[in-house]
Amino acid sequence: MSYDTTADPTADEPPILPADRHTGCPFDPPAGLTALSDRPVRRLRYPDGHVGWLATGHAAARAVLSDPRFSSRYELMHMPVPMPALGEMTEIPPAPVGDFLGLDAPEHTRFRRLLTGKFTVRRMRQLAERVEQFTAECLDAMEQDGPVVDLVEAFARPVPALMICELLGVSYADRDRFQEHVATLFDQATDVAARAEAYTAVHHFIGELVAAKRAEPTDDLLSDLTTSDLTDEELTGVGGVLLAAGLDTTANMLGLGTFALLSNPDQLEALRADPGLAEQTVEELLRYLSVADPIPRAALEDVEVEGQLIKAGETVTVSVQAANRDPHKFPDPDRFDIHRKATGHVAFGHGAHQCLGQQLARVEMTVAFPALFARFPGLRLAVPPEKVPLREHANIYGVVSLPVTWDPAPWNGE
Amino acid sequence: MNDVREPLRLSVDRERCVGAGMCALTAPEVFDQDDEEGLTVLLHPEPAPEHRAAARMAAGLCPAGAIALIPTEPTDS
Repeated sequence: MSYDTTADPTADEPPILPADRHTGCPFDPPAGLTALSDRPVRRLRYPDGHVGWLATGHAAARAVLSDPRFSSRYELMHMPVPMPALGEMTEIPPAPVGDFLGLDAPEHTRFRRLLTGKFTVRRMRQLAERVEQFTAECLDAMEQDGPVVDLVEAFARPVPALMICELLGVSYADRDRFQEHVATLFDQATDVAARAEAYTAVHHFIGELVAAKRAEPTDDLLSDLTTSDLTDEELTGVGGVLLAAGLDTTANMLGLGTFALLSNPDQLEALRADPGLAEQTVEELLRYLSVADPIPRAALEDVEVEGQLIKAGETVTVSVQAANRDPHKFPDPDRFDIHRKATGHVAFGHGAHQCLGQQLARVEMTVAFPALFARFPGLRLAVPPEKVPLREHANIYGVVSLPVTWDPAPWNGE
Repeated sequence: MNDVREPLRLSVDRERCVGAGMCALTAPEVFDQDDEEGLTVLLHPEPAPEHRAAARMAAGLCPAGAIALIPTEPTDS
C-alpha cells in the first residue's frame, strides 16, 4: 500500500475536525470527514489553536493506537472537538483518581491487569443467560406499554444498565435511584450544571457502594476488587469508568443499531432468516456505526506514521469512523452488509487501551438484537426516518429517542 | 503465507498482553485466557491445519501485538 506523501501537508490551512453526522445518511461519517480521508495522516487544527494531526487510514489508526510512544494522558493532549464541560479551562486536567483511561504504562497496567480477568470471553459468555433474562423483562414491559414506545427508554438503555448493575453489584432496591442519576448524567438535553450534579451523585453512590462491599462482600466485581491493593477512592473511580464506558456506548449501539437494521430491511430479513448471523451482524454494526469517536493521543517523542513525521508534543486524533470506512481494509465501506467479515475494525480502539468491556458488549448485542426482532416481527419506526432525533454533539453518537411500533398480538381470549 | 498447509508455530508474550480477549474469541481452539488476570494462554503452539487460519487472524487482531508467528522451515514460496 502506498500513499502520496510528497505533497506538503502544511501547504494548506489545516482543516478542523468535521463532526456533523447529521447532514446526510444518519449512519455515515460527516461528508467533510470523508473528504479528508484521501491521506491516511494529515494536519488538523484543534479548537484551542494547536495544529496537530488527524489519522483516518485503518493502518495508521492501528499504528497510532498500539504505539506506546503515543500517550493517553489527558493533560498532554489538545482536544479535537470543543469541550463545553471544561468551561474557560484551556489546559486539560490529568485523569481523576481511578480513571485509568487517561494513564500510560505502568500506571495504566496496574488497573488493567486487575480488571482483565473479570472480563474474559468465557466469563462474559457465562453472563449471556442474565442478558437473556433482562432482555426478556424489558421486552415484556415494552409489549405492555406499546404498541408505540421509545425503544431507547424501553430497551436500548435498560439492558446494558441492568447488566452494569449486576456486574458492579448494585442491589435491586437501589437500581431505580442509581439509574435516575445515570440517565441525567447522559441526557444531552440536560444542562451542564445539572449533569455535573448528577456526576457527583453517581460518584457518591459508587463511593457508598464500595464502602458497603468492603464491609460485606458479595459476588460481584466491586467486591472482588476490594481484595486488591486499590484504595477506596481508586475503586470508586474505576466503578465510575466502568459505568460510563459500559452504559452509554452499548445503549447507543442498541438504539442506533436497531434504527440501522430497520432502515435496511433486506439485511434485517437475512438476520431474521438466520439468527446464526447475529455475531457477524454485531461486528458489522460496530464497524458501520462507530459510535465512540474520535480517540486523541499525544506524541511523547517524534514518531513516523505511514511516512508522516509526528513530532513530540503534538496531538494526533484517530478517527475511528474514517478508519472503519477505509476502502483499503473494507471494500465498498459505506455499504451496510451483515454478510461482510467486519472483524478487524477499530470500533473498540486498539492497543493497550482497547475496550476492556468489548466481550460484554458483544454478548449483550448478540443476545438483544435477535430477541427484539423475534418478539416483535412487525417492528417498525413510528415516525419517518428523518424525524428520528440524533445525538449530534454527544461524546457517543446515537439516537436521542427511537419511536417504534408493531402490530399488537391478536387477542386470544374471549 | 496464509496457506493452511504451511506449518505454523506461535509464541505469546504475556507481558505485552492486555487481556482484550480477541485471540480466545477468534481462535478458541488455540488460545484461552487465564482466570486470574485474563491474559492469553497458548493452548497449541503448533496448531492443527484446520485452526491455522484462525490463529493467524488472531495474531493480526491482537491489539497489543502479543502473539508472534515464528517462521518454521524456510520455504521458497
